[in-house]
Amino acid sequence: MSEPLLHTPLFSLHEERGARMVPFAGYAMPLHYADGIMTEHQHTRTSAGLFDVSHMGQVALRPIDGDMARVALALERIVPVDVLGLKAGRQRYGFLTNDAGGILDDLMIVNMGQWFLVVINAACKAQDIARMQAELSGDCTVEPLEDRALLALQGPAAETALGRLMPDVATMKFMDARSGTLEGADAIVTRSGYTGEDGFEISVPVADAEHVARALLDQPEVKPIGLGARDSLRLEAGLCLYGSDLDETTSPVEGALEWAIQKVRRNGGARAGGFPGSDLILTQLDKGASRRRVGLLAEGRAPVRHGAELFATNEGGSPIGVVTSGAFGPTLQSPVAMGYVETAYVPVGTKVFAELRGRRIPVTVASMPFVPAGFKR
Amino acid sequence: MTLYFTKEHEWLRVEGDVAVVGITKHAAEELGEIVFFELNVSANDVQLGDSIAVVESVKAASDVYAPVDGVIVEGNPDLASNPELISSDPEGKGWMLKMKLTKEAQLADLLDANAYAALIG
Repeated sequence: MSEPLLHTPLFSLHEERGARMVPFAGYAMPLHYADGIMTEHQHTRTSAGLFDVSHMGQVALRPIDGDMARVALALERIVPVDVLGLKAGRQRYGFLTNDAGGILDDLMIVNMGQWFLVVINAACKAQDIARMQAELSGDCTVEPLEDRALLALQGPAAETALGRLMPDVATMKFMDARSGTLEGADAIVTRSGYTGEDGFEISVPVADAEHVARALLDQPEVKPIGLGARDSLRLEAGLCLYGSDLDETTSPVEGALEWAIQKVRRNGGARAGGFPGSDLILTQLDKGASRRRVGLLAEGRAPVRHGAELFATNEGGSPIGVVTSGAFGPTLQSPVAMGYVETAYVPVGTKVFAELRGRRIPVTVASMPFVPAGFKR
Repeated sequence: MTLYFTKEHEWLRVEGDVAVVGITKHAAEELGEIVFFELNVSANDVQLGDSIAVVESVKAASDVYAPVDGVIVEGNPDLASNPELISSDPEGKGWMLKMKLTKEAQLADLLDANAYAALIG
């Protein structure tokens, strides 16, 4: 028996807009609207798309005694990133690790000045919140913000569209965070997203979500975009989907996420280690891992998808890797994929083969992102 | 010429002992934009239910199954470069293949247009 699907505050707006609704992480979510995935993808790359990401978890960490540094250091016990050095009004990518060095979830940490906002994946919400409550409760309160919705406005025209309603967002840079008023709603805006495009994520109270979404959709640049295009956009941008490209068995180094572990948390740094799995992860940072996530471009037009095994040769042999995400890339107009390969096959340009319906398709290891990022640095 | 449908959302247009096969408009809408089509290379002399082709949308790969027994005689040559024809004109230019019928009695088990319309509601 499966649980009934949860609805986000925009459920009726999705239905009104002709969305095809599908189950995702326990929620009824829009896969696409009338235009279809391909058109929605292109629209986001060329104009601006509005995504409902209210299924994701938003959690407030508030200091018990007003001491933000204490909360930052507490968070550093469960994430391998530099939280203490994250300035007020800035956001940073990170992940929760386990004792084996695997990734329990990937997340965003925002320093809101007086508190931290942590944004987590829908499928991991209960587990992440329990972990934060168990590990951080001595240093801060851990409050799931169930009364807040989350929207993402993504694409090169996102600044123009949001700027009409909230002019000062134009001065924000990539990964800046700010609170303000949007259509009368108490909003938290970060200049970030998960499409590889410039854009914003906008947290508003549930009660305001629909009218804020409508106000954004009223902007001529903006169309609603579903999860289908969100997946192809993030894949072309080389971004990981937790549960497919990252999980409890993949370490940050295997996942090619070293960039998210700042020097101060590595060997020789002032606050090196001290997070779950740090021994293994710090060793891998110095010496490398036996496999690594890479970009993969297949010959021909047939998409190579999640689960396809990779081989060194066009027949025989044992697998040297596996595809973890794959689809047809609407911007590239060709198949795009990412997956894990043994170290010998990591260099860009290496030829491997993906097994597809009993045949082996030539695949070339490629650098990511596949489509250049449009972030406003 | 007679038009038949299957519960697996395929159509067959029978001309003599040859059936032209494709997927229905309903199936095409469900799949979303088609980006790739390929006949199953090992499918030649096929039986009802065998996988005879694969069609890929942006999101997923789907098999196309033989609606009746037969011998595949031709694939639509336009689909290699224009697989989107399956999305834009699934019951016309987006036809997938032609097969020579080897057990014509099976046609009696297929749906007519009214029965198919009732199936998809």
